Amino acid sequence: MATPDGSRAGGIGLQRFGLGARPGQPRDQRDAARESMLAEVARGVVAQPLNPPFSGAAEIGGALFAFEDKERMEREAKRLAGQAQAQAIQVAAAPPNPQTAPNPQAPAAPQAPQNQMAQPAKPANEPPLPFKTYRDEVVARVQLALDAESGFAERLVQFWSNHFCIAATKSNIGRSMAGAYEREAIRPHVFGRFEEMLVAAESHPAMLDFLDNRLSIGPGSPAGKRRGRGLNENQAREILELHTLGVHGGYSQADVTNLARIITGWTMVGREAVLGFPGSFAFNVGLHEPGAQPLLGKEYAQPGKAQGLAALTDLAHHPATADFIALKLARHFVADEPPPALVGSLSQVFRRTQGDLAAVSRALLESNVAWNAEPTKIRSPQEFLIASYRALGRKADPGQILGPLGVMGQPFWQPSGPNGYPDTNAAWASAEGIKTRIDVAAGWGRQAAGSVPDPRALTEDILGPLASPETRQTVARAESKPQALALLLMSPEFQRR
Amino acid sequence: MMDIDDDCEAMTPSRRAVLGAAGALFAWSFVPKFAYAAAGSRDPRFLLVVLRGALDGLSAVPPIGDPDYAGLREGIALTKDGPDAALPLDGFFYLHPAMPNLARLYGAGQASIVHAAATGYRERSHFDGQDVLESGQAGPGRTDSGWLNRLIASLPPGETVSRHGVLGVGVVPPLVVRGPAPILGWSPPRMARAGPDLMQRLSDLYGQRDPGLARALSQAIETEGIALRSSMNGETRGGGGPDSADGMKRIAEGAAGLVGADDGPRIAALAFEGWDTHANEGGAKGRLAQLLGGLDGALAAFEQGLKPVWKDTVVMIVTEFGRTAKVNGTVGTDHGTGTIAFLVGGAVKGGRMVVDWPGLKPEQLYEKRDLKPTTDIRGVAKGVVSELFGLSGPVLAERVFPGTGELAPMRGLVG
Repeated sequence: MATPDGSRAGGIGLQRFGLGARPGQPRDQRDAARESMLAEVARGVVAQPLNPPFSGAAEIGGALFAFEDKERMEREAKRLAGQAQAQAIQVAAAPPNPQTAPNPQAPAAPQAPQNQMAQPAKPANEPPLPFKTYRDEVVARVQLALDAESGFAERLVQFWSNHFCIAATKSNIGRSMAGAYEREAIRPHVFGRFEEMLVAAESHPAMLDFLDNRLSIGPGSPAGKRRGRGLNENQAREILELHTLGVHGGYSQADVTNLARIITGWTMVGREAVLGFPGSFAFNVGLHEPGAQPLLGKEYAQPGKAQGLAALTDLAHHPATADFIALKLARHFVADEPPPALVGSLSQVFRRTQGDLAAVSRALLESNVAWNAEPTKIRSPQEFLIASYRALGRKADPGQILGPLGVMGQPFWQPSGPNGYPDTNAAWASAEGIKTRIDVAAGWGRQAAGSVPDPRALTEDILGPLASPETRQTVARAESKPQALALLLMSPEFQRR
Repeated sequence: MMDIDDDCEAMTPSRRAVLGAAGALFAWSFVPKFAYAAAGSRDPRFLLVVLRGALDGLSAVPPIGDPDYAGLREGIALTKDGPDAALPLDGFFYLHPAMPNLARLYGAGQASIVHAAATGYRERSHFDGQDVLESGQAGPGRTDSGWLNRLIASLPPGETVSRHGVLGVGVVPPLVVRGPAPILGWSPPRMARAGPDLMQRLSDLYGQRDPGLARALSQAIETEGIALRSSMNGETRGGGGPDSADGMKRIAEGAAGLVGADDGPRIAALAFEGWDTHANEGGAKGRLAQLLGGLDGALAAFEQGLKPVWKDTVVMIVTEFGRTAKVNGTVGTDHGTGTIAFLVGGAVKGGRMVVDWPGLKPEQLYEKRDLKPTTDIRGVAKGVVSELFGLSGPVLAERVFPGTGELAPMRGLVG
C-alpha cells in the first residue's frame, strides 16, 4: 500500500505511529514507513528487552522476599545491638562472653550482628533491590525503544501497558515486578488475542498486588469462614470499568461484587512457597468463593479458576469492550476527538475477529483517515524522551531517564491511579507541562552538543519535509549549539504528531 | 554563532526583565501589577483541594456518638478516649487524631465540616466521580471545562479576580481549572530551569507557528513572573509526590505563595492523591492516618503562607465520593457514596458541623452499603463562591454548575 502524500506523510507517520526518525535513516526507508510497520505486524513478534535483571515474576519474588528478610534481620540486629550497648553501659565491668555468641547456622535468627559483618559490603551508592530492579528494567526497556526500527510495536506496548497499568509506587512487589509485568503480560500478546492479554494481565502477581485481589477472600470459602475476612472488590471493578467494558459498558454494582467473588483465589504465592515459587501466580481454592455466580445476566458455574477464565473471555468478546478499545486506540494514536468513522471501523474489526490485536493494529495502519489526520496531538513525555534520544543518538543511561520523566510527570509504570496516564493535549500541553519540557530540552541540548556536528543538518535529517521555514530559521539563528538542539526538540513539528 | 558555549543558566537579575519582555509579547494575557482594592472591601482568596481516590469520611470525621459506628468499623474504628483518642468536635462527631491543626482551627471558628455529603454522582467510578466533581456538570462525560474556570469566566472582565486567572497546580492541571479563562500553572520545581533567551525564542516561534503552544508558554512565563516578584523561589528540589506528607506541604506552600502575592491569582486548585484505601486502611495510626497528617500539615502551610490575607480566605477540601460504611474483607473500605468536605480559612464562619445525619443502620445506608448523602457538595460550593465573589444564583445555576436551579446555594458558610 502506498503511503499517501509521499515523504511528508511518511514523516508524520513515523511520529504518529512510531517513535520518530533516527539520524541517517535513508529517506526511502522513511517514505515507506507504512509498509515497514505493516511488516512488523505481519512478523507478529514483539521484541523482549535484553538482559533484564531477573527472568520474571517468580524469580523476583524469591529475591524480593530474601531481601526483605535480610532487611528485617539487619534492623533487628541493630535494635539488639543498641540494647546490648545500653546494657554494656549499665554493667560496664562485665567482660564479653564468647559462649553467648549466636550460632551463625541458626536460620533467620534475628540476633546476630556478627552475621551482618560476614555479608559482603554493599557498594555505597547501590540502591535497594526493588529500586535497582526497577531502574534496570527501565533502562533495558528504553534501550529497546531506542533501537527499534520504526517503533510501532513499542508504541503499542506503551499503549497496552498503560491500558492495563499497574503502579510501581504501590509496594516493593510493584516496584520490583513492574518491568517483568510488561515483559510477561503485555509484550507477548501485543499482536495476539485481547483475551490472552486480559488473562495474562489480571492473573499477573503485579496486578493482583496493585489492585488488591491477592488479599480478597470469598466469605464462604474455607479461609473466609475460618478467618472472618472477605471480599475486596477493587480489581473486579477496574476489570469492568477500565480494562474491558468501560464505565458506560452497562454493568451494575452487583456485577462488580459478583466478579469479585468469581476471581477470589487468584493470588500470588507467598514466601512460604506453599502453592509454587514465591512471587508467582497461584489459584488458591481455599480462598475461592464456592458456587455459581451471575455476571451481566449470565450464570458462571465453572469450578475454581475456570470460572474466572470464562468470565474474562466473555468480557473480552463483549461489544462494549470492542467499542472502548477502539476509541482508546484512536484517541492515543490519532486525535483527542478521533474521527468516528475510524473508531467504528476499528471496533468492527475487533468484533469480527473476536479481539485479534494484529488485525486491529493492521486496520489502524491501513486507515487513510488515521494516516491523513492533521498532527494535533502533543507527544507524551515518554514519547518525547525516546524520540529526542533517538534524534540525538543517545544511549539509555538511567540517570538521564528517570529524572526527566519524573519532572515531566510520566515516569515508567507510575500513574497516579489505575486509569493510567492521560492521553490528551489538555493533560500534556499545559502551561507548566510545556515549561518543564523546555527546561528538560535545554539540559539535553547541553549534554548532546558535543556529539552533534551541526544542528541545522540534524533538523533536516530528523524533520525533513515536516520542518517549517520558521523552525529552520529559528534553529539556524540560535546563539549556541545547545540552544539550537533545544529549539529543534521543542519545535512544534517535533512536539506534535 | 554555533559555538559550544554556556547558555545563561543562572537566575540573574536580568532574567526577570527578559521574562517580563517575553510576557509583553502576549499583552492580552499579561497581568498588570495589582493595586489593592479600596479599604473595607474584601479581596477574597479561594483554594480548592481535591483528594483523589475517595476519602473515607467516616474515618476522617468519625461519628463516634452513633451507636452503629463501632460495629461497622471493626478493626479500624476510632475511639473517644484512650491512647490516640479522636479529637472532640461536637460530642457526636470527632476528628481523626492525625489532624490537630484542623482541630485547632475548628476550635478557633475557622473551620467547618460538612458531613454525609456528595455530588449528584451515584455510581462508583473514581474517574467519572472526579470528572463530575471538577466539571461541575450533572453527570460524567462533559469534560471540556471545569467549574472554577467557568466561575472566573462569569465574572465581569475587569474584576480583580478574573484579571488574575485561575491557578492549577501540577504538571497536568486539574480538570476543575481547565477552560476558556486564563490558566496559570505551577508545580514544585525539581530541575534547573531553562535560560530566558531560549524561552524568548520559543515564544517567537510558537507565536508564528502554533497558537496552542504559544498560549501555554505565555501562561507559564506569566506565573513565573509572579513567583519571582513575590520572591518565592522554592529552589528545594526532589522530595515526595502529592501522596506524601512532604509533597502535600510543598505543594501547599507553593500555592499559598502564589495566591498570597499581590499580583497573584485569587483562585487556585490542587490535588492530593492516594486516598483509595481498599486494604489495611488503618485506624488512629496507619495508611490513612499518614495521609490525613499530610493534609493537616498542608492546612498549616496554607495558614502560614497566606497569613496577610487569611481573613479573606476559604480553602475547600473535597473528594469524589466516600467509601463503604462497613469494613471490607481486607481491613479497608471499597468505593461508596456519602463523605465529608472541609471548609477552612479566616473567612469561614466556622466551629460547626454542617450535617443532616442519616444514621448508620442498614436501612439508613445508601443501597444498604454506603453513608447516605444528605447534603449536595455543589450547594455548599455554590454558597461559598456566591458569598465570596458575589455571583448571582442564576449565573451559578446556569454557567458554573449547569442544571442546578433547584439546588439553592447554602447560606451562612462565609462570615
